[in-house]
Amino acid sequence: MFKKLVTGAAFALALVPAASFAAGGGDQHIEDFAFSFEGPFGSYDQNQLQRGLQIYTEVCSACHGLKLVPIRTLSDEGGPHLPEDQVRAYAADNFSVYDPELDEDRAAKPTDNFPVNDALGAPDLSLMAKARAGFHGPAGLGINQLVKGMGGAEYIASLLTGYTGETKEEAGTTFYENTAFPGGWISMAPPLSDEQVEFIDGHSNDLHHLSEDVSAFLMWTAEPKMMARKQAGLAGVLFLTVLSVLLYLTNKRLWAPHKGKKIS
Amino acid sequence: MSGIPHDHYEPKTGAEKWLHSRLPVVGLIYDTIMIPTPKNLNWWWIWGIVLAFCLVLQIVTGIILVMHYTPHVDMAFASVEHIMRNVNGGHMIRYVHMNGASLFFVAVYIHIFRGLFYGSYKAPREITWIVGMLIYLLMMGTAFMGYVLPWGQMSFWGATVITGLFGAIPVVGEPIQTLLLGGPAVGNATLNRFFSLHYLLPFVIAGLVIVHIWAFHTTGNNNPTGVDVRKGSKEEAEKDTLPFWPYFVIKDFLGLAVVLVIFWAIVGFMPNYLGHPDNYIEANPLVTPAHIVPEWYFLPFYAILRAFTGEVWVVQIASFVTGGIVDAKFFGVLAMFGAIIAMALAPWLDTSSVRSGKYRPQFKWWFLLLIIDFFALMWLGAMPAEEPYASLSLIASAYWFGYFFVILPLLGVIEKPEAMPATIEEDFDAHYGKKSEATPAE
Repeated sequence: MFKKLVTGAAFALALVPAASFAAGGGDQHIEDFAFSFEGPFGSYDQNQLQRGLQIYTEVCSACHGLKLVPIRTLSDEGGPHLPEDQVRAYAADNFSVYDPELDEDRAAKPTDNFPVNDALGAPDLSLMAKARAGFHGPAGLGINQLVKGMGGAEYIASLLTGYTGETKEEAGTTFYENTAFPGGWISMAPPLSDEQVEFIDGHSNDLHHLSEDVSAFLMWTAEPKMMARKQAGLAGVLFLTVLSVLLYLTNKRLWAPHKGKKIS
Repeated sequence: MSGIPHDHYEPKTGAEKWLHSRLPVVGLIYDTIMIPTPKNLNWWWIWGIVLAFCLVLQIVTGIILVMHYTPHVDMAFASVEHIMRNVNGGHMIRYVHMNGASLFFVAVYIHIFRGLFYGSYKAPREITWIVGMLIYLLMMGTAFMGYVLPWGQMSFWGATVITGLFGAIPVVGEPIQTLLLGGPAVGNATLNRFFSLHYLLPFVIAGLVIVHIWAFHTTGNNNPTGVDVRKGSKEEAEKDTLPFWPYFVIKDFLGLAVVLVIFWAIVGFMPNYLGHPDNYIEANPLVTPAHIVPEWYFLPFYAILRAFTGEVWVVQIASFVTGGIVDAKFFGVLAMFGAIIAMALAPWLDTSSVRSGKYRPQFKWWFLLLIIDFFALMWLGAMPAEEPYASLSLIASAYWFGYFFVILPLLGVIEKPEAMPATIEEDFDAHYGKKSEATPAE
């Protein structure tokens, strides 16, 4: 009995460390969106990332930068995977950067990062999906990260769909009521609305879908190597499992001559 | 090296003899690897190997990360993202290093509690225990400074809060804090000295690990019964022990491999599980995060630090007696370090002549309560500083000190230990049957 209790306690120590208790929370309402990249086998939906990029470019980029993301990574496998010439055209058409050698602005190249945009004090979005883990699941234990991801994408999508339509003015700034934002009032006006962005392939563009698509894109900007990471994770887990089995058999055989029949 | 009689290395060829008479390095390695080890060690004894592995893992991944990291307040955060995005395999190396710290602490806590249960700290292994505690302290320092390096919000504010603790020490506190920070507040000088020390301390730990191993190779391993290996003759000792290689190396590697399955699953599938989202926001001295929470492995001691507020009578008495020198903040700091010192003093606080908790009917339950207490403190450390958490923290902290300063000394006097096996061989045979009864393996 005692042995079992201690063993149980020690396993709890090994498996459920306490950072999981460190839940965020309060009165925020974060909805559980079903994203394709959740779970150990989840992967990014390339088309969704491309739609998200379009939404970012047409809407978000007006105020928000993505300064940590190199434009060339848009052609990476495991990301939007756009053809390289398309990325080159995209960079030149949409962004200009200051070139210290020329001492003037020039059209952006794939080797540049997305530009900084802090004109209106809007936060950079590069890591937003990892910096806001709003979705903690039952009891705030966080263990569902394994199957549902960090929750940052859920937070962003909930925020974009969470406007109630109420506004208030304080010290000359207009605040908009939002059910996902900590404190309930955000200074960003509702950025997306139904049919705000048209997709070439005619994909549905109501607010819900637009929010989902851009959140998925921002998950990718925050965690661009997720697909490679999960592959390495799976390969490693399989390899180590086989190694464990082999070591188990080796160990058993090695010790056998020194052990009699197991009593107890 | 060990007091247990066993075969030593004998140089055979001329070349071996030539080397051995000049530098007996092969003999040293042989004696270390072939050390007689109690054959009844259970699975709680694998964590030493896990810890050795962690140290190597952290040093190797750390050295690679340093090749791409820039210790400057304006560039540190971006350089970490550079590693995550542009360095080949950089994201895996960084996630392994990040989660490797957590594995290191999971292992060290199990290792410490194993020692506390089986009485591994008792004579003649006090030096092993003390060196182990020093390693643990250095690990905490190293991990804390490492967490500052990515220069996220939690890095910055964690550094501000923790270095502030030193400022609570009367008279010398502020100069110490200034020395730690390299200035009046956390800034570029802080980042640089933390980076320097974060690189240095693991090698100090490695040195102490050698001393730790040297010490317990001199006394011999403890074992689940706490009964000493018979040392009368080689034949007698061989009934109680098996050489470390290959028996325990293979067994420990099996344990390590199973642990790594879980570790790798976390790195691959949920690498940010143990981190804090705020650390993906670049440090900003003008914006304080809503909750400043240390990494999970500091939480139990963080809870003890916060438990002693000005309203607690012990603190008020201490403040009155010292004429206000020991205020609530300083008391908290003393309590936090005291909680670790209490562990380090265990060899002298425990009055029981029986080593292993297995044969101590009352000790068992107090020890179980200590483990529950540890988890309770860990949980409380993550909770906001308000009721009912404040009162619970106080109770949990009181038990921590009570266990070491009251229960351990008292139990040795009042407790009646149960019957122990006379030898390790007897214990081993009771589990697995006598060798002679066994059907041959081949």
